[in-house]
Parts: sequence; structure tokens; C-alpha cells
Amino acid sequence: MDKNGKKTKIVKEIKVETRKCVGCGACEIACSAFHAVPKYSSVNTARSRIMVVMDEVRDIFVPIRAGDYTQAECNGRNRYVIDGIEYDECTFCPASCPSRDAFKEPDSGLPLKCDMCESDPPLEEPMCVEACTFDALTYEEREVEVEEETEEVKLEDLEIVFESLRKKYGLKKLKSTFSRLSKG
Amino acid sequence: MRYAETGFQLEVDLSKGSIEKVETDPGDTALYLGGNGMNAKLLYDRVPPGTDPWSPDNLLIFGNGLLNGTYVPGANRTSVDTIAPLNGLMGHSLMGGFFGAEMKMAGYDRIVIRGEAPDLVYLSIHNDKVEICDARHLRGKGMYDTQRLIKEELNDKRAWVAAIGPAGEHKVIMSSIDCGNSSAARTVGPVMGAKKLKAIAIRGTKDVYLAHPNELWEICSRLRKELDANPNVGDWMAVDEDDSFHHNNFSWGNARVRRKNFWSASIEEKWRNLKYDHMSRQTGCWNCPKACHNVIHWPGRQRFSYKCYGKDTFHMASFQELDFTYEILGVSQDLGLDSYSTPQVMSFALELLENGILSEKDFPEMPADVRGRFYYLLHKIAFRDGIGDVLAHGTSGAAAIIGNGAEEFDHNTVKKFEQLPIKLGKLNPAYFLMIATGEDMAITQIEGSFPQDPITDPELKEEFIRKWTAVPDKKFTEWFRNWEKRDQLSDEAMCAITDWNECMHYLDDSLGICGFVSSFRGQFGGTTGYDIWNMPEIVTHATGMEFDKDRLWECFQRNRTLIRALNIRAGLKRSWERPPEDHWAVRNEEYEQQLLSKYYDFKGWTFDGIPTKETLEKLSLGYVAEDLITKGVLTGNEVTALKDTRAKKEKE
Repeated sequence: MDKNGKKTKIVKEIKVETRKCVGCGACEIACSAFHAVPKYSSVNTARSRIMVVMDEVRDIFVPIRAGDYTQAECNGRNRYVIDGIEYDECTFCPASCPSRDAFKEPDSGLPLKCDMCESDPPLEEPMCVEACTFDALTYEEREVEVEEETEEVKLEDLEIVFESLRKKYGLKKLKSTFSRLSKG
Repeated sequence: MRYAETGFQLEVDLSKGSIEKVETDPGDTALYLGGNGMNAKLLYDRVPPGTDPWSPDNLLIFGNGLLNGTYVPGANRTSVDTIAPLNGLMGHSLMGGFFGAEMKMAGYDRIVIRGEAPDLVYLSIHNDKVEICDARHLRGKGMYDTQRLIKEELNDKRAWVAAIGPAGEHKVIMSSIDCGNSSAARTVGPVMGAKKLKAIAIRGTKDVYLAHPNELWEICSRLRKELDANPNVGDWMAVDEDDSFHHNNFSWGNARVRRKNFWSASIEEKWRNLKYDHMSRQTGCWNCPKACHNVIHWPGRQRFSYKCYGKDTFHMASFQELDFTYEILGVSQDLGLDSYSTPQVMSFALELLENGILSEKDFPEMPADVRGRFYYLLHKIAFRDGIGDVLAHGTSGAAAIIGNGAEEFDHNTVKKFEQLPIKLGKLNPAYFLMIATGEDMAITQIEGSFPQDPITDPELKEEFIRKWTAVPDKKFTEWFRNWEKRDQLSDEAMCAITDWNECMHYLDDSLGICGFVSSFRGQFGGTTGYDIWNMPEIVTHATGMEFDKDRLWECFQRNRTLIRALNIRAGLKRSWERPPEDHWAVRNEEYEQQLLSKYYDFKGWTFDGIPTKETLEKLSLGYVAEDLITKGVLTGNEVTALKDTRAKKEKE
């Protein structure tokens, strides 16, 4: 609630300044270490939920965070030209999608999604921001008013996994596999 | 379970077309760490003396530093090692960037290449899937196209490709191996060419494990912030516009002319504008909080990046200004030529022409202006065309072929390796030792922990000492405190200083830590990122193997001694251990030889610079002692240098 009694929520935002990115990959490394189980026990940037699209010859340095899983590729693609630099299609897209291998668990192929490093106790800022000593990534929290009084449904990690498995294999197959495995 | 390392190396024989993933012995890691240490062990065990460096029996090894692929900041350097065709000794070059970390995540600590492919190939590695692919369509392609085309072919933008350009394909001695913004520039490129290996593309998606995660993360997070805030680490040349040091003190042309008053405020202003008008951004290496590469986009040229003294070499060799380097450097890199040695070879050739040792007919259709001449020679060398076929042997090699007095103009090499163009007045004993005996060949790969010059102001000196936490032993502090003039330290101090300087480089190279945040940076301001005090706990927490200061120092001694033994077995002689005759104007042969003997003795080596049986055995290198005795290099009864009758005679 804000002072006017209206319902609010906190929007967490990471500002990305691509001009400041030096391509060191510290964000990817910190992300993969933080999400390792146990925490910090391994490094594998293929498991990272942030990825720097990088090409020094073309001067492309774009950190993107993993967004939602999508079942299907887009209809048509976007190719951006900004200040004379032509970016490849999908450069700015955060989706875990069938058109590319980004943001998928390397072993299972399951989608990865940025969780802003939510943890208990909470971090001051997500790990990727903390690791970026060049301020290409900065963190902000904004309070915004919420119009309707709807409870936000927050999916747990496991639910995200099951949801994507359902989409990939169908509920029937998922159920039968699950019940078979639980018997074993 | 192996930590920090994967426990596997990839062994590829290009003659047989065989690929093997071989498990390694963790006992070797405990002894040699990784990087140059493990590479030296493999070269010692597998490349017998007398092997022609050009032959399929030579090895080319891309060896990860032990800490590469972890979150230890600034640990990303891969040691690329071989027996160098340049001089028959171990060729050692370091590549930063991303190749090593990607190799670790693909599941390998190193890649060992043997044999020679029937025709041009590249190696494609994606985790356990390893293929030798046809690369004939890439013949003659530059570095940038090669990297781009292979990534397109593999449909993998995240792959890292280490490649040679046309110069490497033509086995030019000065050719380099490049990957993104990093380069293994010295001595190793021609071997990749001889093996007909155009490139290695690598992509990995496996975990690199850490033994004590919480402890290591805590240390690394703190260290990352410290490195970021510390102005003494990183590469000043990327950010400091005042480059009077190199331009006023180093020699121009063929290491020939000092221009002590070259630098001025107007040059600085002009060059600052040149840089910022054409710089796209600065870039860094894997997990390093410093960004040491300046990316330049020059009109009509492909974007390229440079670091360190590579910024100066072309225009200083040709008596031009920075704009010339910006114009030609990207072209040279695309051809796959090293920017340290190549401009020296070209100015050497032009000097031979000026002096009538070579003639106009050796340079058909060469332009009259010096810039045109540098482009002309660049292409001649890269493709071994005409005189370029001779110059492709490097300064010493070319001088030997040309003869007719050309050897006199080869005045800036040690063991045939082109040195920084430094010509000074009075002998500096520690630098004499480092340049004479350094197995890493280039002074920048040896110096760095002890300051180059004393501080005379007593207050500043004490201030320096207070912050000088890197000092491994208080004797160094006392030497520094009482140090007044550059060349006035005891011989004992000179030997120990050289030893400490070497130690930090050897540890960096085996652990993968970049010298710019470690070994090279202690000499300026004293507060570098890594030292002998904080390295052991980092290695312990990363690997789970217990290391303390003494044990890590012993790893340095072992690696240093093993590489010395390898080079001795390959033919290295005491008489080769000489800085260029004109490196200092005033020389004292007798004193230099006495100092050299003292250093050999300090190291536990014989008068001929060979590690004694006792020294080798003390460092768990008994097998090396046995081998050297079998080969007749040692009898096993040798004494260290100062106990030798020849040293005693020297003294009289």
C-alpha cells in the first residue's frame, strides 16, 4: 500500500547500458555460480540466466536476461539497426525458445528463467549487477500502483519445470511418466 | 571428483586422425599445477631431444591455467607451448580472453596436438563431440574471416575459435594464434601451420567444480572489488594518454635510435584525439574487472583491438606516428602476424637495404615511402613471397641466411628471440640476469615484483614499504629500504630479486592468472592483486588440495627447473645467456660472468647452467635427473656453479 491507500507492487528493474559492456562475462559467471547447487559450487555459463551477445568486430555487446519460455518460434523476426550497427535477429530477445539453444539447461534442455536472484536473506541486488564492475548493469526498484486487486500467482521453480514439460510432451505423457517414476 | 580442473586432456593426432580423451593424474596437478608446468612435463616426457620442431613428432599444447574457468578474477590465461622452430627451445606464449574457460567447460584441462594433417583442417570441439574438419576452403583466409566462417559453419555464435592466418599457414616464425581479442603471439603460430591446423573451435556446456565454494566465493568477491579499485593493476597503456615512457626511452627503427625529447603536450593531445575519435570501446577478458583492450575502428579498415605495447611497435619501427599503427595493426593481425617481432624484422630489412647488404633488386616494385614499404613487407612476409621468404625466419634466422654482414644488424635478439627495443647506459644487474636466463624470453614475462628503481624520498619510500604486502620475505624490504642507486644492490639481492620476479610469473602461468593483475604489476606501486600470500588459499579453496606459501613456491621452483632441464636437453648453453651486446653502453664481461655463476649457484645449477642431480631430486624431478644422466648431459656428480673450479678461476 502506498500513502494514498492504493495497492502497489515493487517492480525490479535492471538497466542495461550496452555502451558500457566490455564483454568480460562476469555477469554470466556470477549467475551460474549463484544458481549452482550447492551455491557457488560450480561455474558453467551455459546454465546462466544472463548471456552477453558479443561480437567485437561488429561492436555488439548486449547482455540479455532469460525471460519466459515460449513453445513456438516467432512469426517473422526482427533485425535491428542502431547507430549503423546491424544486430542479428533475436539479439535482444530474452525468450527461451526452439529457435536457439540459449537459456536452456544444457543437460535436460529445460528452460532457464531469470529469478532476479531472489533468496533468503535477500541480496541487495542481483548477482549479475553485483558482478558488473563497469556499471553496464544497474539495479532499480520502483513502486507502482496496481489497479485491480488480483493476487499475483507466483510459480515455484518446480512448477515452471512441470509447466514447460507439459507444453513440450503433453499432460498425459507427463502424468504417466511421473507415476511410473514415483513407483520406482 | 576433481575441482578447478576437469581431470581430462584431449589428445589429437592429426597424422592418424585419432582423438582421445585421457584422464590425468591428480598427483601431477599437485606437482605442476597446470598451464606451462603441465605443458612442460608433457613436452619433457613426449618430445625427445633432437626432434625437429617442424616435424609431426613435435607437440603443440593449449594448456589451461589451473584456475581458468572458475570465478577467480583475472584467471583466464592459456599457455600455448611447443618446441619452437625459432630456436629449438621451449616456446611459450600466453593467450587471455575466453578460449581457456570455454575449454574447461567443454571438459578439458588442455588440448595436446600431435602429428600433421594431410591437408588443412580445423578441430571442432563441443563437449565430448570432437571432429577433425576439412579446412581447405579457409586456406589463405585472414584471422577475422576464419573465426567468423567457422562459427557460421558450426552454427554456434558462442563458440570460440583460435586460428592462424596466412602467416601461420606459411609457417612464418613471427606468426601468431589469435582468438577474439587475445593472441598467443610468440613462437607457437608456425607449429600450428606445420601441423596444417587452421583453427580450433571450442564450445563447452559442462560444470567446472570448486572444492570450498563459500570460502572461495567470499575471497573472489572481495578480490574483484579490490582489483577494480586498484589503479596499479590492469594495463595503463589502455587508459593513460601519457606514453612518454616508451617513446622517449625505447629505441625507434631497428632498435636503433633513441628520441629522448620526442614526447610533447601537443603529441599527447593529438594522439588522445586520434584514439577517442576512433575507439569503439574497451574490452576485457573472461571474468576480469579490468578492460585492457582498445577497440579501434579506422576508416577503410576492419575493427580491431590492441593491448599494451602493441600500440607503439609499428609506428616506432617506422618513425611514424600513432595514426600509422591504427592503420596497419589490424591488417597485420588479420594476416596473423605478431606485432612485437614483425615490425622489428621489417625495419631490420630496410636497414640492410640502406646499408647495401640487401639491394633494390631484392625488393622489386617496393614503394618509396616508408608506410608503403611496411605494407609491402607485411604481405611479402605473410605469404613468403620473394624477400619475405627469407624474412619469415625472423631477424636472426634471416640474418644467417642473408650473411654478408647482416648478422651485425641482428642486434636486439637473445636466443634468436626479438627483445623490446631498449638500449640503455649502465648495466642493471637484475635485468642482466632476467634477460640472460629468462626461459620466457621476453623481459615483460619475467620482471614485475620488485620495483625497477629505488625511491629516494625517505617518506615516500616508507609509505611504499608500508603498503608492500606482497613481499615474500623481509629481506626484500631491507634491500629496498637501503637501495639508493639502480645498479647498487648486492649480488645476493640481485639473484633473489630475479628469483621472486620469476616465481610470480611462473605461478601466474601455471594458474592462468594474468600478469597485469599479478606478477607484472607489483613493481609499480607495490600493491598488486595476487601475491605469494593470497595465492595459496585461493588454490586450496578452488582445488581442495592443501597449498601453503612454501608448497606453492616449490611448485614454481619445480616448473622453472623442469623447463630449464627441457631446454638444456634441447641444447641450451651458458654462452647463449647474454643480453644483446649493445643493450647497455657500458659492459663488464668479467662481472657479468661472475654474476651469472652466482645466479646459477643460487638456483642449484652447475657452472653450465644445468640443474644438478641433487637439485632435481629435491624437487621431485628424480626422473629428469635419471634421464639427463642417461643422455650424458649430467654425470650425477656435478657441484653447483660456485663450487666449480671454473668459477673459482673466474673470481681470481
